[in-house]
Amino acid sequence: MSPFWLSLKLAFWTTILLIPIGLMIGRFLAYSDVRGRAWLEALVYLPLVLPPTVLGYYMLVTLSPNHVVGQSLSFVFNEPLVFSFEGLVLASLVVNLPFAVQPCQQAFSAIATDTREAAWVSGLSATKTFARIELPQCWLGVLCAATLTFAHTLGEFGVVLMVGGNIAGETRTLSIAIYDSVQAFDMPAASGMTVALLIFSILALVIVRVAGMQQRRIR
Amino acid sequence: MKKSATLSNNGALQVRLTQQTPFALNVSLQCARGELLALTGPSGSGKTTVLRSIAGLNHTASGYIAVNDRVWQDTETGQFQTAQQRRVGLVFQQYALFPHLDALDNVQTAMSHVARAKRKQRAQEWLTLANMDGLQHQMPHQLSGGQRQRVALARALAREPDVLLLDEPFSAVDQLTREKLYRELAQIRSTLAVPMILVTHDMLEVQQLADTLCLMHHGSTLQSGEVENVMQRPLNARIARLLGHKNVFSVKFTNHGVGGRLHAFGTCLDIPKPASSQWIPADGDQVDILVDPSAIIMHRPDKPSNGERENPISTVVAESVCLGNDVALKLKVESTGESIAFRLSRHVAKRNSVTLNSQLNVSLLAEGIHLMPHLA
Repeated sequence: MSPFWLSLKLAFWTTILLIPIGLMIGRFLAYSDVRGRAWLEALVYLPLVLPPTVLGYYMLVTLSPNHVVGQSLSFVFNEPLVFSFEGLVLASLVVNLPFAVQPCQQAFSAIATDTREAAWVSGLSATKTFARIELPQCWLGVLCAATLTFAHTLGEFGVVLMVGGNIAGETRTLSIAIYDSVQAFDMPAASGMTVALLIFSILALVIVRVAGMQQRRIR
Repeated sequence: MKKSATLSNNGALQVRLTQQTPFALNVSLQCARGELLALTGPSGSGKTTVLRSIAGLNHTASGYIAVNDRVWQDTETGQFQTAQQRRVGLVFQQYALFPHLDALDNVQTAMSHVARAKRKQRAQEWLTLANMDGLQHQMPHQLSGGQRQRVALARALAREPDVLLLDEPFSAVDQLTREKLYRELAQIRSTLAVPMILVTHDMLEVQQLADTLCLMHHGSTLQSGEVENVMQRPLNARIARLLGHKNVFSVKFTNHGVGGRLHAFGTCLDIPKPASSQWIPADGDQVDILVDPSAIIMHRPDKPSNGERENPISTVVAESVCLGNDVALKLKVESTGESIAFRLSRHVAKRNSVTLNSQLNVSLLAEGIHLMPHLA
């Protein structure tokens, strides 16, 4: 599989798997006032400030067959997760957690408390309030989360290289292929791929901005 | 009201709430069906907490809330029904409409107790009742403040509640709209057979809309009863001031054979003997008095009346402010310097040349003087 399609496949699975998680954690962080919430938030947003190589190192160690977690996951997936596409997806989920959580958290926080209370007083259960009142109001936040996660996964380099290595057709993503091309002085190939990433990144940011404006207009 | 839009026929609401934290609350109130009780008091007195507790959105440490025989909360037996289990119609201060749903869908959301096939038609009926015909497909952000309030009221009624709660529903609309909404609410409430509680700061609103009044301060009920009774006969000077009365004075009371005599404003005011059911001060007691503005009569040199002989006082106009058709006056008693608030209609003030610093003699009618125990 070409690096381009591999990156798209990785971004697709990361986004699909991460959005429900982002919604759940984002909602919890928006509404919960449990003690230790600051610690949980710090943990969720850690990938934003931690150097990718450091995160990649910990992922590599944790997923290796010598670690109890790596052993258990190998048993589940029938193969070691390091240097595999599945391992790449798992690492990508961790790296992109803040990009999925933050827009969702903001979207839930922006819903007026009395709107949720009005739903309860109107007889809607917590589940129905989520589905019929909260989710329709924060779908633009979910769109932002999905776009940012997808775009960031396409461009992720450090953690992908540490956990997935550079196996053609299996773990060689677009950003690694760009690095390879530059190392091999194949500038035209690198240039083509960087333009693709650049265009996609701009599109992603435009979507996020337009969604934000739309959200403000509705409120 | 259309037959399909009638409300359930439930009994009185009983509320007893106490808590120490996060702030002290000690409230007891009752509201009969069809009665509109105004819950009033300064900001932070706990009015909204009481309302939220009735709605099931707040859990007090100790409390009992019941509508007729249905207990919604009883901390002694550990009973607590959630907001979803209680049938409450709540109009929020900022209306809390669902911003992604049009007016019709906002109302339909509160109708899970109605068969799905009938919801749309019934929701339309509630909107009609709230004077929102033709606007059912407007989104909340396309509606004016008054229209949003009407949708919020329609949604609260669509729940077919056992209790209707209104949390300062008129605070976010302009004066013109407010008066229009007062009339609409007065019309709608005459068709409702459920207890209604209105939280408000506005005493004028209380007098126009409510049957009974519960005054709260620092989480406690200070006085409750029929609006007119509480307004005219507050239990003490603090309550009188919280109700917005300005003419509250501290005076000495002496017995005077058939009646009482108050030593105030540098003179003696004669009042009839208080009824035996009322609190009667002892001879020589310091008491507080409330003078009802409607019991202050202006002396007109061109047209003397018998009332002028009753408790006359000589004053000077110290302040004169035009408020619409009225002139709000502050009269300074010449002998003592005390101030009495008084209102006159503009044309009367003009005709009698009542201007700043002019002399104005008034009479305080005995029947409009209310005695209260003196607060130290």
